[in-house]
Amino acid sequence: MTTKMFGAPIRRTEDPRLLTGRGGYLDDLGRGALAAAFVRSPHAHARVTDIDVTGALDVEGLIAVYTYEDLPERLAEALPALIPHPALHHPRTGYALARDEVNHVGEPVVMVVARDRYLAEDAAERIVVSYEMLPPVVGIPAALAAEHLVHDDVPGNVAAHLVQEVGDARAAIAAAPYRLELNLAVERSASTPMEGRGVYARWDLADESLRLYTSTQTSTSVRAAVASRLGLSPTKVEVVAPDVGGGFGVKIMHPWPEEFLVPWAAGLLGQEVKWTEDRREHFISSAHERGQLQTVRVGFDDDGHLLGLDVEIWHDNGAYTPYGIIVPIITATQLLGPYKPGSYRVEFSSLYTNTVIVTPYRGAGRPQGCFAMERTMDRIADELGLDRTVVRERNLIRPEEMPYDHQMTFQDGRPLIYDSGDLPETLRKIKALVGWDDFAAIQAEAQAQGRKIGIGIACYVEGTGVGPYEGGHVQVETSGRVLVSTGLTSQGQGHQTAFAQIVADELGVPMSDVTVTTGDTRRFGYAVGTFASRAAVMSGNAVALAARNVRDKALKVAGEALEVDVGDLELVDGVVRVKGSPDVSIELRTVAVLANPLRYAFDDSAKRATQFAVGNTAGPPIPEDEEPGLEGRDFYSPTQSTFANGMHAVVVETDPETAEIKILRYCVVHDCGNLINPMIVEGQVHGGVAQGVAGALYERMVYDGSGQLLNASFMDFLMPYASEMPKIEIDHLETPSPLNPLGIKGAGEAGVIPGMAVFAAAIEDAEGFRITQMPISPSELFHLRQLFAAGELEPVDRRHT
Amino acid sequence: MSTEQTYDVAMVVNGVPQSATVPARRLLSDFLRHDLGLTGTHVGCEHGVCGCCTVLLDGEPIRSCLVFAVSLRGRAVTTVEGLAAADGTMSAVQQAFAECHALQCGFCTPGFLTTITAFLGDNLDPTEEEVVEAISGNLCRCTGYQNIVKATLRAAELRRTTARHRAEQ
Repeated sequence: MTTKMFGAPIRRTEDPRLLTGRGGYLDDLGRGALAAAFVRSPHAHARVTDIDVTGALDVEGLIAVYTYEDLPERLAEALPALIPHPALHHPRTGYALARDEVNHVGEPVVMVVARDRYLAEDAAERIVVSYEMLPPVVGIPAALAAEHLVHDDVPGNVAAHLVQEVGDARAAIAAAPYRLELNLAVERSASTPMEGRGVYARWDLADESLRLYTSTQTSTSVRAAVASRLGLSPTKVEVVAPDVGGGFGVKIMHPWPEEFLVPWAAGLLGQEVKWTEDRREHFISSAHERGQLQTVRVGFDDDGHLLGLDVEIWHDNGAYTPYGIIVPIITATQLLGPYKPGSYRVEFSSLYTNTVIVTPYRGAGRPQGCFAMERTMDRIADELGLDRTVVRERNLIRPEEMPYDHQMTFQDGRPLIYDSGDLPETLRKIKALVGWDDFAAIQAEAQAQGRKIGIGIACYVEGTGVGPYEGGHVQVETSGRVLVSTGLTSQGQGHQTAFAQIVADELGVPMSDVTVTTGDTRRFGYAVGTFASRAAVMSGNAVALAARNVRDKALKVAGEALEVDVGDLELVDGVVRVKGSPDVSIELRTVAVLANPLRYAFDDSAKRATQFAVGNTAGPPIPEDEEPGLEGRDFYSPTQSTFANGMHAVVVETDPETAEIKILRYCVVHDCGNLINPMIVEGQVHGGVAQGVAGALYERMVYDGSGQLLNASFMDFLMPYASEMPKIEIDHLETPSPLNPLGIKGAGEAGVIPGMAVFAAAIEDAEGFRITQMPISPSELFHLRQLFAAGELEPVDRRHT
Repeated sequence: MSTEQTYDVAMVVNGVPQSATVPARRLLSDFLRHDLGLTGTHVGCEHGVCGCCTVLLDGEPIRSCLVFAVSLRGRAVTTVEGLAAADGTMSAVQQAFAECHALQCGFCTPGFLTTITAFLGDNLDPTEEEVVEAISGNLCRCTGYQNIVKATLRAAELRRTTARHRAEQ
C-alpha cells in the first residue's frame, strides 16, 4: 500500500533544481535579448514640460527610445483600475509612460531599449526631462489637510470612503459603563522579495503570437490585460511565470507599465526584449503597504465584554488606486479577529499621496487591523485590572457558535462568516506554550536584577482561500507519468510538492511519477492568481477533484478491459486491481493506453489500443459523452472564504540604557485546518514571523516632505538578517474546514499578521507606558522613555489580579 | 560616442577555463550570468548588501556584484553550479538544505550555499551562535532563517560523518 502523502513532511521536489543553480528566474532567461531601462521621475509631483532625447542618440548600442507620444491608442490609455468598488468614488491610475504629470518619485517617463542593460542605462542618463514642480502631498496628515491635491479633480484627496455598521455601535458605546479611545499609527513597509519584477517578451512574428515571461503572481490575468491592450486574441498570447524569487503580494499587482511596454517594443523591433528591475526601481516604482492612522472608540462592561466598537481608519493609498481598496476593506473586516464586538461601526477613508502605490503585502491590511483590535484588548484589561488573556477569553467566539456570521461584507463581496475554529483552545495552547501564567514571577525576578522584560499576546483570524475559483488538470501519460497543472503561480510555497502529494494520494501513484506545472497559460488558461493565502485551498482542492475524475475514468476503462464491475476495482500503487484478487489487475499506464483508441501503433504499448487488439467491438471506440485520453479537469469554486486563526506571544527584553529591543522568546499557535505538508506550513509560518518582526522593529519607508524615499536601498531599509531573528516555537491545531473536500485553510500570510500587535504589547509590558505606533526602533523607544519621564506619556495601569 | 574598449578576460570557473571579451565595467556577477551563461548566481541588490550573488574566489566568499570581471583575470571562481560533485551528487550543504527545508523561493539560496560552504571549510563543528554569525551577511525574505541555521548545523554533521568514514577506511 502506498504511504499516504497528504499530511507528511515530504521533501520538496523543487529543491534539487534550485540548489544546483538550475532554476530559471526571469533574468536567467532570454540571454542575448535587448535590454530595456527606464527614465523615472525624480520628483514626487510635477508636470512634464519637455523631454529631450538628443543626448542619448549617439550612445553606442542604442536601439530605441519611447515616450508617451509614441504609444499607440490602447497603450496610451490610463492603466486599468483592476478592482472597482462603489465606495471607490474617485479611482485614478497612471499611464504606461507619464502623459503630462508625474505623481510619485519613480513613475516611468521614458523607455530606452539598447543592446544590453549597461548601454540602456548610459542612454537613459543622457535623456533630459524638464519638469514644472507641483506641491507634493506626503503622509496621511497632509493628505487629510488637503491644502494641496494629488489629483486636481479629486477633492480632499479622498479616493474612497466606506462605512460598514452592524448594530448601533455609537449608541452602545455611549451607554456602556466603560469607554476608551485609542489613537494609533502604522508606518509603510513593503513586500521586498529578493527578486524584483521582470518582463521578457519574444514574438513569433510569422504566427503573430507573443510569449511573455513575467515575474508575477498571476499569469492568466496578465495575459488577458496584455492581449486586450495590444489588440491580440488571448489565444495568441502565452504568459509564463517562471521561477519567481518571492512575491509576498507585490507581484499580484498587474499589469505593470513594463508588462505592456516590453512586449509592445519587442513586437515593434522584431527582437526579444527584457527588463529586469533593479533594487532602487523596486523601492520607488513597485508598491508599498501598511500606512494607516486609526482611531478606536470602545465601550465595555465590568467584565471586559465588548459592547460597541467604533473604528475610523485613514488609509494611505499612494498616488493611484489600480488595485482598488482591497487593503482597507480587509483591515476594516478582519480587525474583529476572534472576537464578538457587540456592535461594530467601521469607517475608512482611502487617501491619495504623492508616493508609491499601495497594494497588498503579505497580511494585506490585517496586521493593521490586528494592531487596532489587540491594542484595544490590552487597554480594556488595564482599565479593569484584568489579565490580558482573561479579557480576550471572555470575548472569543465559542466553537459552538461556529459558523459565526459577523453580518458584514468581506473583501470578496461575500458574507463574513467564520466557518470553523476552536479559539478558546488556541488561547489555551498559546498560554501553555509561552508559560503565560508563570511570567509575572519571571518578570518580577528580572526587575529585581534591574532588567526590563515584558510579554505580549496577539490573536487573529484570517480569511483565506478567496474565490472566485481555481482549476486543475491531471493527465496520466502512457509512460505512467502523471502531469498536473493549475493556473495559479508559485513564488516559493512548494506548490509542486504539495499538489503532487494530493494527486499521488488520489491516484494511488508514487510522488516520483507526478510532475506539477503552475502559472503557465500554455498548460492551464483559467485561473485567478496566488494571493490571500488561497493557493493550497483553491488549487489544492481543484487538483484533488480533477484527480478524482481521472480515477473514475481509470476504473471505468479498466473495468471494461478486465470485464469486471467498476465497484469491484481499486487503484493502488499505480495499478487498478480487483478488490480481494490483486492478481487480476492492469497498470495505470496501460489504462492510459486503452483510454485513447488508436489506429496506428508507434510503439509496443500503443499496439494494445489499436483496432484489431481491442476486444469489445459492440459500441463506439469512445463511448458517448467521453473523451479520449486518461485525463481530467475540474474547478473548485467556494461560496465563501475559509477562516484560519492563530495566536502569537513574545517575550522581549529592553535595554535600560540603550533601549535596544531583544527578543527572548517567540511562540506561535496556528490553526489552518488539515496540513498538506507540515514542513512547508512551518516554513510559511517562519517566513511570516520574520516579516512580522521586520514590520514591528525594523522596516519603514522614510519619505521626506518633498516625497523623496530616503531609504530606497538595502543599505538603509533594514531587513532582518539571521542575527535579528528569534527562535520560533510553534504548536499546531488542526480544525478542518467544512467548506472544502480536503478540509484545508490557507497558511501563507498568517505568520506576519500579529507581529506589530504582539511586539507593541510586550514592549509596553516591559516599559510601563503605552505604545501606540509601529514600527518602533531603539531610538524611538529611547525618546518615549524621555517623554514618559517628563510626564507626557500615559502609564500602563497594570493591576494583575 | 566612441566604442567602449574591451578586454579579454579568462578565469577558471568551477574548474573549467572560461573566457569572454568584455568592457572594464562588467561586474563579475554579470560576467558569470550573461557572458558565461552561469545563471545560478543571482543578483538581488547590486550594492553588496543582500549576498545573493556570493561566489567563492579561490575558496573565499566575495560579492560578485562588487567586483569587476577584468580584475579577476587568471583567478579561480566557484559558483553554485560548481558545488555538487562531478557525478551530480549534491554537496553536504546542498543535501542539508533539501532535508531541512532551508529554501523557499530559492533566489537567495546560491549565496547562502557558497557562504556556508566556505564557512564549514574553516569550521567542522560550529556552534549555533557561530552559524548565525556566519550567515548574517545574507538576506532571505522567505524562510525567517530558522531552517537555514538548522541546515548549516546538519551539513556540518554530514561532513563530520563523511570525514569519520574516510578516516576509518
